[in-house]
Amino acid sequence: MYDNAMPSIYFSDEHVAFRQTVRAFIQKEVTPNIQDWEDAGRLPRSLYKKAAEIGLIGVIYPEELGGSAGDLFMHVVATEEISRAGSGGVSASLGSHTIGLPPLVKHGSDHLRQTYAVPVIAGEKIAALAVTEPGGGSDVAALKTRAVRDGGHFVVNGEKTFITSGMQADVITVAVRTDPGARGSGGISFLAVAGDTPGLERTELTKMGWWASDTAHLSFNDCRVPVDNLIGVEGGGFQAAMLNFNNERLSMAAQAYTMADVCYREALAWAQERQAFGKPLAQQQVIRHKLVDMAAQIDVARTLTYDIVWRYMNQMDPLQIHVARTSMAKVTATNALKFCADEAVQILGGMGFMRGTASERIYREVKVMTIGGGTDEVLKNLAASQLGI
Amino acid sequence: MKVLVPVKRVIDYNVKVRVKADGSGVDLANVKMSMNPFDEIAVEEAIRLKEAGKADEVIAVSIGVKQSQETLRTALAMGADRAILVIAADDVHTDIEPLSVAKILAKIVEEEQPGVVLCGKQAIDNDMNATGQMLSALLGWSQGTFASEVDIDGDTAKVTREVDGGLQTLSVKMPAIITVDLRLNEPRYASLPNIMKAKKKPLDEKTAADYGVDVTPRLEIVKTVEPAERAAGIIVGSVDELVEKLKEAGAV
Ligand SMILES: Cc1cc2nc3c(=O)[nH]c(=O)nc-3n(C[C@H](O)[C@H](O)[C@H](O)COP(=O)(O)OP(=O)(O)OC[C@H]3O[C@@H](n4cnc5c(N)ncnc54)[C@H](O)[C@@H]3O)c2cc1C
Ligand SMILES: Cc1cc2nc3c(=O)[nH]c(=O)nc-3n(C[C@H](O)[C@H](O)[C@H](O)COP(=O)(O)OP(=O)(O)OC[C@H]3O[C@@H](n4cnc5c(N)ncnc54)[C@H](O)[C@@H]3O)c2cc1C
Repeated sequence: MYDNAMPSIYFSDEHVAFRQTVRAFIQKEVTPNIQDWEDAGRLPRSLYKKAAEIGLIGVIYPEELGGSAGDLFMHVVATEEISRAGSGGVSASLGSHTIGLPPLVKHGSDHLRQTYAVPVIAGEKIAALAVTEPGGGSDVAALKTRAVRDGGHFVVNGEKTFITSGMQADVITVAVRTDPGARGSGGISFLAVAGDTPGLERTELTKMGWWASDTAHLSFNDCRVPVDNLIGVEGGGFQAAMLNFNNERLSMAAQAYTMADVCYREALAWAQERQAFGKPLAQQQVIRHKLVDMAAQIDVARTLTYDIVWRYMNQMDPLQIHVARTSMAKVTATNALKFCADEAVQILGGMGFMRGTASERIYREVKVMTIGGGTDEVLKNLAASQLGI
Repeated sequence: MKVLVPVKRVIDYNVKVRVKADGSGVDLANVKMSMNPFDEIAVEEAIRLKEAGKADEVIAVSIGVKQSQETLRTALAMGADRAILVIAADDVHTDIEPLSVAKILAKIVEEEQPGVVLCGKQAIDNDMNATGQMLSALLGWSQGTFASEVDIDGDTAKVTREVDGGLQTLSVKMPAIITVDLRLNEPRYASLPNIMKAKKKPLDEKTAADYGVDVTPRLEIVKTVEPAERAAGIIVGSVDELVEKLKEAGAV
């Protein structure tokens, strides 16, 4: 399979140079430590600082906040190269700012941007996004967490769950209902909630995969949040959340096909080395076909994602088409991941069931990719409506 | 003080090298190329000199094909201030020999008047290990090779060298040519903000003819071959068996 080591219509010299930086950084600073972080259930704060020093956190954010104002392909480069480490937990927690911060950067006041975005981009603070509630994740418009105005504060009460980086986060972008009278998508707003706000309780959740990422259940009990921490206009949260989800899905597509590629490479190396019945496994036709099917699915998902990014950057399509294709890309890429993780473990035989191979870990991380950031079913519903089906 | 750092574009050290079918060399078409790792160490050292206030400008030079521009951009992204690209070949397979490189560098040194030239000890593509030494001879400057530690103080530099059996420390008179070894420092990553900034830093384009240097090769490559395949190993059951096998093989 081709590597994007040389410039193309999608990647300029700068993209290629940054890819090289991130790849070397991940090889040295991440790969050797993954097992320790998986055991610890979280990433060390020092990693955020180191990542910030090479510009890995500020990729797409404006320069005045310490970012690099990179384009969407620069974000794809960063996402692919982090995912190459083969630990979804690393990708999820190191990348939780990519879902938590954009609403604040795009719609937040100067004060909010200085107080929260600048230190996150500098790797000094950790950001998270809290939309999902115990009562429902897919149906965002049904969220129940309330924020009631009381003088200069909102008083927040409610529950959020499955929140990535939720244990460590210093700033949490929380979707709340600011207008108790409004039903559905109206009356939803985003608030920036400081991690040390009195009344915020966090409970750690244990899970099937993504062990290097801390995931939390958050309870808000009469949390007083300054009115200044309202992100954008009151009631504009739903629209902001939807656009945010769309970018998350593009990132997840890139993450999924890259992790699928990690499985493919591990299985290929194994099949070429492993001798059975007098020859390498890679000489058995059935194994060869499996490997080709894997490569083909990865290629399809990757090419689709690049095309979506390219057409978006060149403003080729109406938003609905972009949203529909992004949804389809996430489903396509996570299907490729599902298939490749399964086949890689199969090709590795008993070894694929043992801790220590990337494929074993990734196999446990398939499901969160088909559920988080929009389930397969919800994304197909969305694509159908956007395509006018 | 200016610091001049020559950087070479070489096949990336992660790439599995393939020999061209006609044995004339290594296939470099559509292969990932990077800065020679020893040159990265030289660039890093130069930037540290600047950060320590001992140098005020770092100039990177590359001599070769036009694509060496990418290598120079890497040096600029690491922190070099400006770059000089000397185009001396069209075909990516053409290697400019150390003497020609040293002659061009000598001319650039005359023009730029750096206080020190920091080179990699050798390039990982053909391991010549000659350019720095030749440049020193051409200029009549002192040289400190295989540096694992460099301490520049006014008109002398202390250069610690890794030699067989230990470390040797030389005191060399400035200006000097210093060639750097693996353990001198750990090069920094080119950060994204610096990659973006590097786009705007000056990069002068010259040709070998501008310096009046004839780069026609003097060396002839007779043959290039792949290393012999390693024969399969065996697993021995005990130390005794290992000793037995080594004796059989005449190794002990
Ligand atoms: C590890 C992990 C990390 C996460 N991190 C975050 C985070 O940082 N922030 C955050 O806000 N959330 C986070 N989530 C939550 C995630 O976004 C939700 O799990 C997801 O949106 C699905 O919501 P749910 O779990 O409530 O499932 P539900 O919405 O209850 O869905 C259950 C099932 O019903 C199906 N379904 C639902 N509606 C329909 C329909 N209309 N038609 C057909 N089928 C339907 C779904 O497809 C799914 O199969 C995380 C989840 C996980 C597992
Ligand atoms: C949890 C666990 C418990 C186990 N317990 C025991 C136990 O108690 N006792 C015991 O003896 N063993 C045990 N095993 C080993 C198990 O029986 C083997 O893992 C299994 O037989 C596969 O062998 P392998 O792992 O060496 O894979 P391999 O034989 O190397 O096979 C790797 C892959 O190549 C494929 N393959 C192999 N040959 C061909 C071919 N000719 N054509 C096409 N494809 C081919 C296989 O289908 C597989 O997908 C256990 C394994 C596990 C995971």
